[in-house]
Amino acid sequence: MELEESILTSGNPASRTRVLRAPAVDWSRIALNVLLPALGVVFALLLGAVMLVILKANPLAAYAALLNGAVGTRFGITQTLVKATPLLLVGLGICIAFRANVINIGGEGQIIAGALMATWWPLFFHSWPGWILIPSTMIAGFLGGAAWGFIPGILKARLNVNEILSTIMLNAIALQLMNLLLQGPLMDPAGVAARTFLAQSAQLPHQVWLPRLVPRTLLHAGAIVAVVLAVVVYVFLWRTTIGYDIRAVGLNPAAARCSGINVPTFQALALTLAGGFSGLAGVVEVIGVQHRLLEGLTSGYGFTGIVAALLGSLHPIGLIPASVIFGGLLVGGDTMQRAVQVPSSLVMALLGLVVLFVSGSALWSRRWAARRQIGEQKDREEKA
Amino acid sequence: MKSVFSLGVISGILNTMIGLATPFLYAALGETIAQTSGVVNLGVDGIMLLSAFAAFYIALSTGSLWLGLLAAALVGLVMGLLMSFVSVTLKAEQGVSGIGLYMFGLGMSSLLFKILVGTVKTVQGFPPAPIPLLAGIPVIGPIFFRNSIPVYGAFLLVPVVWWMLTKTTLGLKIKSVGQNPAAADSVGISVDRIRYLSVCMGAVLAGIAGASLSLALLNLFQDNLTAGQGFIAVALVYFGAWSPVGVLGGALLFSVVNSFQLWVQVLGVKIPASVAVMLPYLLTIAALTVTINRMRQPAALNKPFERGES
Repeated sequence: MELEESILTSGNPASRTRVLRAPAVDWSRIALNVLLPALGVVFALLLGAVMLVILKANPLAAYAALLNGAVGTRFGITQTLVKATPLLLVGLGICIAFRANVINIGGEGQIIAGALMATWWPLFFHSWPGWILIPSTMIAGFLGGAAWGFIPGILKARLNVNEILSTIMLNAIALQLMNLLLQGPLMDPAGVAARTFLAQSAQLPHQVWLPRLVPRTLLHAGAIVAVVLAVVVYVFLWRTTIGYDIRAVGLNPAAARCSGINVPTFQALALTLAGGFSGLAGVVEVIGVQHRLLEGLTSGYGFTGIVAALLGSLHPIGLIPASVIFGGLLVGGDTMQRAVQVPSSLVMALLGLVVLFVSGSALWSRRWAARRQIGEQKDREEKA
Repeated sequence: MKSVFSLGVISGILNTMIGLATPFLYAALGETIAQTSGVVNLGVDGIMLLSAFAAFYIALSTGSLWLGLLAAALVGLVMGLLMSFVSVTLKAEQGVSGIGLYMFGLGMSSLLFKILVGTVKTVQGFPPAPIPLLAGIPVIGPIFFRNSIPVYGAFLLVPVVWWMLTKTTLGLKIKSVGQNPAAADSVGISVDRIRYLSVCMGAVLAGIAGASLSLALLNLFQDNLTAGQGFIAVALVYFGAWSPVGVLGGALLFSVVNSFQLWVQVLGVKIPASVAVMLPYLLTIAALTVTINRMRQPAALNKPFERGES
């Protein structure tokens, strides 16, 4: 990382290919990237315990119920993984976007765009066999989300529209678009016939349902797809030229511009890819879990995915454990609400504290890196 | 069915607009102060939610609307301090810490509501306070001068914030730390202190914005009461090009579109509700693409200041 940064600041285009070689594994940096988020979670849980005591609830009982719900039973564990899957997918997109220094708050809208495509496609091509319908649905959903990410991307690149604001507005627009379609063309004909008029789509053809990994649970093959994609994103960001350019834009836009990288284009590309991965999260929710489109499908994954990405230190591989932890918190939160009547919104409040802590602690990790770099320079000078 | 363009309906639309604009004005004027100092506080929606709950709960349990308003301002202040600590002292990425603040406010307000109140209850909100003489003017009187005190306050705040930012020493200091923190620092202005102050002023106003929702407009609290209004308020600051008058224009435009869609639905005009609700958001995006006057954007916006950098 430091090597790359120094090359970037030198702005020498010839050196761009050199850093594509694998950097040595930096264990102390990894330790720091694991330690700080872990501290953030512990800190948030402690603050949460204090709040619960003030509210006259028993924090130990609440957290015990939370833990038990997340990992206490076989079904709990599979549910944790089911929730971790969309978090991981959204988080992968967030990694790409944040690495290019664009803040993508549009996960919710992009999930909806992906889910809409993943509903319409298999309903339309319902006669196709599963082996072609499943991959094509995934691609369609990815493209749907990517289109929804492309809009703020191109607005930022061409008209310098703040992506934070445009993605937030696009969330609201996507939500209304889904409501519109669910009350119109996509509404379940069975619901219309039975005069229930539920705002949900028809059930998707069986051959598009993702295979279940564990019988009698909701754990589906999408989890494996997500993990494979995490590796793909890692390779993309650290072993390809486009990935390198995306990170260069985020690390030092001025230097990137000097070395001939078109900064706005790569930021737009990062937002588009981020949208695509969020769209995939919508796909797995539709064809893996619900088997139809219904209201409330996003469950706030667009926001919690950001937290997971931050906790994973914006690294695709670090994101895997981070999303599992967060999936566990979400599942455990629901159990906690049922078992000890502590509302699951506690989890959302705690996640907010984690984000504040992790974003605040970036200063220390930056200063630590700077100090170490100076130290290494001194060592080199002494040797020479 | 009444025509949408009769005098009664138009004055109704305008009156609803004045009410709808109130929370936007408080929140967006507050955000204008914070952003002028160089800090983007994206957590406005979270502050509004928690303050709206605090105002509602205190008003419900003490029966005093003014105590409720005070509670909202205090909650805003505390959350403003938290935001400034993370964003100014710890120099966090402001977009990210703002989202953290939002999630905290969203979760916390829902948690407290479920534990402390539980069911949907309403409060007796601020009553309309007609202004003598002015309220008697035909057409204009009912639209503008028969609102509640928080509504008047929001509109009075426009010249107050304008005056503060352009005519006072404090305003100049806020502008200087937003434009060129290094220069401000070199003449002895404490960048951090001014930014703390600006973010906290903005957060207190966001708190009052929340209270205006739960005590003056809706008179109740529920999960996610604001439904993203705080984010729109942030967008209005860009739309208004960091000027209080521009923010007023944006808030009125956004609210009149919103009010129009509400009235259209009430009158039973055949537009799907989702399309109507979508309108203001589409308008905001369209507005962001055409109106940003980047010359006016504080140069150090979204950039933490560290002495001896640059």
